[in-house]
Amino acid sequence: MKIIKQTGLLLFLIGLLIFSGVIFTGSFNLSQSELDAFITEKGYKSDVIKEKLSKAIVTDESLNIFEFSSRVRNAYEASNEHYNALIAKYDAEKNWDKKGAQYQYLIYGKPHTLSYELAKKSGNGFVKNNPGLLWFLTFGLGIFGALLFILPNFVLLGPEGIKNNGIYFEASTNRGWIAWLVLIYLVVFYLLLYFFPDYVVNWTFILDPISEFLNGGKASQWFVYGFLYCVIMLVMGVRMYIKYRHNKYQVIRTTSVLFFQIVFAFLIPEIMVSLNMPGYDFKNAFPLDYDFFFEWNLDNLRNSGAIGLFILVWGIVLTLVIVPVMVYFFGKRWYCSWVCGCGGLAETLGDPYRQHSNKSLNAWKLERWLIHSVLVFSLVMTIVTLYCYFTGAQSFLGINSQWIKDTYSFLIGAWFAGVIGTGFYPIFGNRVWCRFGCPLAAYLGIVQRFKSRFRITTNGGQCISCGNCSTYCEQGIDVRAYAQKGENIVRASCVGCGICSAVCPRGVLKLENGPEKGRINPTEILLGNDVDLMKLVNEK
Amino acid sequence: MEHVVIIGNGISGVTAARHIRKLSDKKITIISSETEEFFSRTALMYVYMGHLKFEHTKPYESWFWKKNNLTLKKGFVSKVHSSSKEVEFDTGEKLSYDSLIIATGSKPNKFGWPGQDLNGVMGMYHKQDLEALEKYAPNNEVCKRAVIVGGGLIGIELAEMLHSRNIPVTFLVRENSFWNNVLPAEESAMINREIIENHIDLRLGVNLQGITGDEKGQVTSVIIRETGEEIPCDVVGLTAGVSPNIDFLKDSEIELGKGVKVNRFLETNIQDIYAIGDCAEQHEAIGLRRPIEAVWYTGRMMGETVAQTICGNRIEYKPGHWFNSAKFINIEYQTYGWVWSEPKENEAHFYWEHESGKKCIRINYDKNTQEFLGINTFGIRMRHEFFDKVLNEKQSVTAVLEHLADANFDPEFYKLHESEIVAKFNKENNTNIQLKKKSWERIFSRV
Repeated sequence: MKIIKQTGLLLFLIGLLIFSGVIFTGSFNLSQSELDAFITEKGYKSDVIKEKLSKAIVTDESLNIFEFSSRVRNAYEASNEHYNALIAKYDAEKNWDKKGAQYQYLIYGKPHTLSYELAKKSGNGFVKNNPGLLWFLTFGLGIFGALLFILPNFVLLGPEGIKNNGIYFEASTNRGWIAWLVLIYLVVFYLLLYFFPDYVVNWTFILDPISEFLNGGKASQWFVYGFLYCVIMLVMGVRMYIKYRHNKYQVIRTTSVLFFQIVFAFLIPEIMVSLNMPGYDFKNAFPLDYDFFFEWNLDNLRNSGAIGLFILVWGIVLTLVIVPVMVYFFGKRWYCSWVCGCGGLAETLGDPYRQHSNKSLNAWKLERWLIHSVLVFSLVMTIVTLYCYFTGAQSFLGINSQWIKDTYSFLIGAWFAGVIGTGFYPIFGNRVWCRFGCPLAAYLGIVQRFKSRFRITTNGGQCISCGNCSTYCEQGIDVRAYAQKGENIVRASCVGCGICSAVCPRGVLKLENGPEKGRINPTEILLGNDVDLMKLVNEK
Repeated sequence: MEHVVIIGNGISGVTAARHIRKLSDKKITIISSETEEFFSRTALMYVYMGHLKFEHTKPYESWFWKKNNLTLKKGFVSKVHSSSKEVEFDTGEKLSYDSLIIATGSKPNKFGWPGQDLNGVMGMYHKQDLEALEKYAPNNEVCKRAVIVGGGLIGIELAEMLHSRNIPVTFLVRENSFWNNVLPAEESAMINREIIENHIDLRLGVNLQGITGDEKGQVTSVIIRETGEEIPCDVVGLTAGVSPNIDFLKDSEIELGKGVKVNRFLETNIQDIYAIGDCAEQHEAIGLRRPIEAVWYTGRMMGETVAQTICGNRIEYKPGHWFNSAKFINIEYQTYGWVWSEPKENEAHFYWEHESGKKCIRINYDKNTQEFLGINTFGIRMRHEFFDKVLNEKQSVTAVLEHLADANFDPEFYKLHESEIVAKFNKENNTNIQLKKKSWERIFSRV
């Protein structure tokens, strides 16, 4: 068994190594006609960029992606510098007509995105020419190896039941060197994905055939991410099934998040795209889906006929009606740990790290400030965007629409949700984003705290304060503090994952959707003592 | 300001301190020689097993003590001078008190076995035991085999702990089935199976003859009295029960039995000295309870009670209905009310076991009045408040079975066995009890 596991780990690492190494392969150069077609397609009027790009990348040299990217970005910069200089010059001359005319030559967008788009067209090499083989050497080996590593647990974990044996002895799960390596890998992965997509263009070549099969188009870096996301959740979902096979709640919940990720977040949007519809994740509610009310999305939906209109209405109804009503009946768990993609990754890939969430009072204070600030930020951004959308203004209340959108996308969308939210799993626990940053979780949490039937019931006086519940709470709730007082747990942040109940050795905790009456029950004296004493103290 | 000194920072002492603080602003000092801060003793096993770090067993963060003005003092009290109202530490230092609460808990029993003080022989009670276990049994290279002597809850927990590190374990139990002086035969047999299924070498009906060691004073083997068999081992766990940790009171004027003798107000024979928790011994047992109860929950309740008395609301210790719980490797156990290993004269048992052999319940009821007396439940979680109410209202076994769905506390989507249970009862007793659907209204209509 041990050998099988080790072989699995080795194969997985080889797959990962090939996957990572693929970045450095291939050559990138365009023909003049391809470049001309691209420039026409983009509508660039700048002659500078045409000339610079032509010199830089229409070449017989074999450029790797980093050289290629650097050259494209230089061309981009040179072009904009040229026209900015002209603008400054005409500005000084007070020659307004000429100054105004220069703006059409400026190029907008991110340099790395431009480089990515060109690289996608110009890439060549072994990966591009052998996507099937590369798929097996990367995804295939990775999946096969990971499963070989995970499946023996069915036997090795022994009879069914909670087996957290040794979690605090392993370098991988006790913030040791493996955890730090995983952190670095994940952080680098997200930085590449969000900010340097051109560097990982080779990954997209591996998935081009699958993308073409699903949506008729080539794979983008987001397609790679979506596909990888599903694969990781599936494989780690298998791990969940084995670890929690005694616990039907966990088995059903894992199945649910897998279903919503693969079908709703991945397959349906891809199929919609192949049918010339906007690719939309029907479960992704605003304000987690923060760009739902951005101009480009609204325009896109308005131009998509009936389906666009339906999505628009659905998105609004989902946020304003379905979400709060469901939270009233089932708590926010129906979303956060049954449906949400972020939650899905946290519950599968993140499960080995759930014990690292900080339980201190200070962390709780920080959490409440941060998450509600993000909620306010997202709402202000949306109000500004909508105001500007309908009035055509550039700013509202002195806030520039483009600026606030860019700031939110950068700080919250990329850094908080991606780089920190997932990258820091191995050190800070698996729900960093959900706990400290997700504006939707904040919104659901307010409903859950004040108007919901959900609570975690504690079983009278049975708690022995062992601390398993608090330790394994991914949301950093000090569950024990409630359980040892016999107090129901009603907290805005609880995502209802049910692990506290699973790890409790005394059967103290149970997730319940019951009547609102008696949901909040602060007690001073625990059950077990004589009733008179309880009355006496409660009367005081 | 009045000074309350509490010896012992376990659940009893700390609960007393917390409740005194809630009710008053008295000066409170908590003394312990074991650890700086309160931790959950019952969770020590999870530290060895790697589920938790030691810091996770502390229910309160370090700022808690200062914020609530609770003084923690690390030290070993060697004497109590009741006439001068002082406690004396082994360093000679003295501390005066106005009220003294003795909450020193238990220590593992040793029955004078030869070799019981060798290196590698330990109990599993104190934090220091855990440290010793880390030293002598860090892995199966250093510790090729461990032998555990004594059945009961700590014994099986220690077996599970060692097993989690793949250390072969031989488990010597004096009784002919695990914990069968408490558990009825079927439940006891179920746990025997669970132990064996986890590859623990369970030896029933055997006693320890002695422990042998080498010239360095390190344990090398144990000898079984009945067979004379010698089992080579590197660690011996002594888990044959616990007794009150009160040796330091021998020369005081405090009346002692096995524990510190207390009345129903938890007062000792000396004014302003109280004893609570594992070390307290009732003059007369309360109800069917034992005079000394080394149980987490009763320690906590005594702490709550003594706090009232010390704060001027003199109140009797009246534990409600008996309850307890444990986990036998993978099988959870809860009990409410009284279920004896053998039914008493007026009692009848109803037993149901799931086909998996991993879940069962046993209901004890009065065969004349049909009054429900208690339940053992294994592998099925049950609602404490439900049974507290049932016992208060002296409901019948019929009522309990009818409302079994209200009692279930298992996680959502778990397989329910209520109808199977009721059907078995009906068949055995020629009754026609109908299971009622779970009702929130009933669950919430508490006394």
